[in-house]
Order: sequence, then structure tokens, then C-alpha cells
Amino acid sequence: MLTGRSEDFSFTNGGNIVNTAFIVTQAGVLVIDSGPSRAYGEQLRRAIARITRQPVVRVINTHHHPDHFLGNQAFAPDTLAALPGTIHGIHTEGGSFNDNMYRLAGDWMAGTEPVAPTLPLAAGPLELGGHRLELIALEGHTGADLAILDRSTGVLFAGDLIFHDRAPTTPHARLPAWQASLDTLEAQPFRHLVPGHGPVATDAGPIRQTRAWLGWLDHTLRQAADEGLDMTEALALPLPAEFRRLAVVDAEYRRSVGQLYPALEQQALRTGKARE
Amino acid sequence: MNIHHVIAAAALALGPGIAAAQTDPLDSPRWGDMKKEFLPAAARVVFDERVRVIAPLTAENALNVPVSVDASALPDVKEVLVFADFNPIARIVRFEPGGAQPGLGFRIKLQQSSPVRAAARTGDGSWHVGGTWVNTTGGGCTLPSTGSASPEWQKRLGEVSSRVWPKKEGGERLRLRVIHPEDTGLAAGIPAFYIQQLDLADAAGTPLMHIEGFEKKLPTTPGCSPAAARISASPTAATS
Repeated sequence: MLTGRSEDFSFTNGGNIVNTAFIVTQAGVLVIDSGPSRAYGEQLRRAIARITRQPVVRVINTHHHPDHFLGNQAFAPDTLAALPGTIHGIHTEGGSFNDNMYRLAGDWMAGTEPVAPTLPLAAGPLELGGHRLELIALEGHTGADLAILDRSTGVLFAGDLIFHDRAPTTPHARLPAWQASLDTLEAQPFRHLVPGHGPVATDAGPIRQTRAWLGWLDHTLRQAADEGLDMTEALALPLPAEFRRLAVVDAEYRRSVGQLYPALEQQALRTGKARE
Repeated sequence: MNIHHVIAAAALALGPGIAAAQTDPLDSPRWGDMKKEFLPAAARVVFDERVRVIAPLTAENALNVPVSVDASALPDVKEVLVFADFNPIARIVRFEPGGAQPGLGFRIKLQQSSPVRAAARTGDGSWHVGGTWVNTTGGGCTLPSTGSASPEWQKRLGEVSSRVWPKKEGGERLRLRVIHPEDTGLAAGIPAFYIQQLDLADAAGTPLMHIEGFEKKLPTTPGCSPAAARISASPTAATS
């Protein structure tokens, strides 16, 4: 696993804020997420080549956010795979994500272009070189979020359904679906948990942490909308002390208000009783 | 706050005599132009912290920047003009509070980081200016609106949803949403199309607030703003 920094995208970190991973098997290497740029993908290939002479036979994008698939160019096109919803998302939004990443990470992005996987994945068991993998198709962080459980080693690759010690991002989030996905993940028999962002854990702590943040966010913004708060007032609400330990929590709260609040205020207007 | 605020406060205490010498608390090179363009040359103009403009210091989405203006600490407000120094169309919205408190929340588009200011004219003819800087990566004004990209708005154009909340400190708050593309005319191939005027009244027809999406003296230039698309006003019960 390659651990990214718990930061926002920047010219300094070049987008290296994400965890990517690979599994070396007797039948080749399986890569889980390819990183935020062509340069990252190429570095990932070299890192793999230092450890094994096995070829990369499969690259899986857990979901369609830019830091998880923009390294695809570094790998053979016919090895790229993802859930159908993820492939669709890369086709429709990959170009604008890519443009945005140039703006946020600058020269680190040089030569990067979005490449969508052609191989659609379905939920269920996947056997590769003696590793018994379980593909778990979930949703909530985006419309299609893939988690991968390696039953042979007990490692659960959770993608961005799990953030650890870093506030979750919500540009495509549907919070109730995300919460249901967290329950599914917590029921898996894992020994190591690899989050999409933040350090690896050996227990369900990061699942509970993600659940607590999403629960608080959903409750707080619903209540704010129902009380008729303006967005500027919702932005000014205090964050509970327990979330202070999450990296970039202020920036993510601000972004989440912008992303989630408009729908909630519209709902509050619709459900409000008409006055005489 | 910075040193400029201290200077502004001192000038205010000394009265209108030296108001013209006030330094812009937001230290914007465009302030002189803004003053010349939007405020009468002969008028008394003061920077005044009683005119509060609340907006995030960093706006994540330049197409949808929340701004609240509150001039209710100021007596006898007749009209409020809101503008952003560095927007290609600086004027955002003008409103006359009428029977309502002079407070209005809305969403704007920003083309780049800019001061967002509100100038409130009181009954004595003087203008009180408050404002805040909003940082953004920008581009909001020259992008097609979300509405113009969707066929949905044509079916729902003008659809209004609203709700009234009682305020703890007395009075009521009205929140209002109008379905409208609010196109600026600055995105290639998409003509300007925006709400020009919005009048709020109570059930008896008593006017509460008059809101304009552009300046009447230059009717061909809309404010770069979906100013009236989401409005959170603070009308009190009409007292007169």
C-alpha cells in the first residue's frame, strides 16, 4: 500500500493525498486505484517492479474520483476495470476532473488524460493467483463504490467509503446510502482495514469515525435547513470537539455545506406549511 | 481586523468632514471606481461596520457563493446596493427594505476573488458601506449556468417555493427560491436571462421589500449573480 498525505490537493503534494495498493499473486499483480496523475501511475508501476517481476494484470478503480483513476494511463488499457457506474462516471466527468486537477496540482499533472476502464466488474468472488477476493459493490460516497476484501489475507480495501483521521469528501455523496454501506463494511471479516485516505487500521475505528462524522453532518445540516438558516449561517456553525482531530475538517465542512445544503434547504421549503 | 479598520473607525467618529479621506478597509484598488460608478458624487460616504456582509472567506463553488447582507443595526435604511469590485458585472442586487428589516441573503457568481460590498443609504442621504473579501478560484460569471445546461428550467421557469420562520428575537424570516437560469450573458452563445425585479408583500398586499437584479440606469447589464434565485429576507410585520 502507498499512503497519501492527509491534505487537500496542492501544488506541493501534486495530488498525492490518496491511498493506493497492490496485491502480488502467482498470476500477476492486482492494483487497487491508480492515483491522481500519469506521473503517479508511472511511479506506482516502478514501485511494483521493485518488489516483483510479476506483470500487472488488473487495475481496479474503486470509484470515479480523480485521485483514484487519473494514473490509469500508466497501465495497459485492457487491464483497467471498475464497476459500470464508475466507468460511466469517468466517461461523463473525467474530463472536467482532469482540468480541475491541473488547476489544483499544477505541473505534477503534465501529460495526464482521463482513461476509462473498459472491463466492467460485478459484485462477487474473484480468484486471482490463489487470492480469494470478494468484490463488494456499494454506494453513497459516489453512485458506485467498490470495496475489495482479500479473504486470503483478511485485508479490506474500502476505497473512499472510509476516511481515517481525515474529514470525508462529499461532492457526490448520498449520506443515508453511505451509512448503509458502512454497516456492510463493518460486517466483513477483516483483519486490516485500508481506507481511501488516512492510515491503515486493524479494527473498525475508522468505520465508526466516518459514520460519526456523516451522521453529525447529516443531522446538523437537516436541522439548520429546517430552522431556516441561511447558508452563511450554516457555514458558521461550530464543529464538535471530537472532530477536531480530523485533518482538513474546516475545509471539508465548508465544501460539504456547499454540496449538500442546497438540496436540504429546498426540502425544507417544500415541507414547510403554507401560512395564511 | 487590520489597521485600515482602525483608521476607518476613527474617521467615522470624527464625522463627515473627513469622510472623503477614509481608506478602504478592504484595501481594494477598485474602490475608487466603485464609488464613482455606484454612489452619487456629492453624497456623504462612510465605511460603517453596522453594514455587515457575511460570506465565506474561501468560496468553494464560484457559481454559488452564499452572501448575507444585514444593515439592521443602522436606522432608517432606504436602499441597499450590493456589488463585487472585481466581477465583470460588478452590480449584484439592489433592494429597498420598505416594511422589512434591511437584511437579505442570496447566492452570487464570482469571476475571481473580490470584495463583496453593501452600500446602505439612510434617510439623511448618506451611504454606509460594509464588505468582506471572498477568495475563489473563480470563473463563475463566464460559465453557463447550471440551469441553462438542463432542459428542466424551461418547464419549471418561475416556480416559487417559500416558507416563513418566526425569529427568536421577534419578527419573521422569509426564505424564497425561484427557478430561473440567471444567465449573465457572458457565457458564449447564451444570452443574458435573469430576474430583473422581485416584489415581496404580505397577505394584505402591504409591500415588504423591493428587489432588483440589476441597475435601472443601465438596463442592458445584469448583475453577475443569481441574486434573486435564492433569497432569505428578514421582513418584519409591516408597522406602517
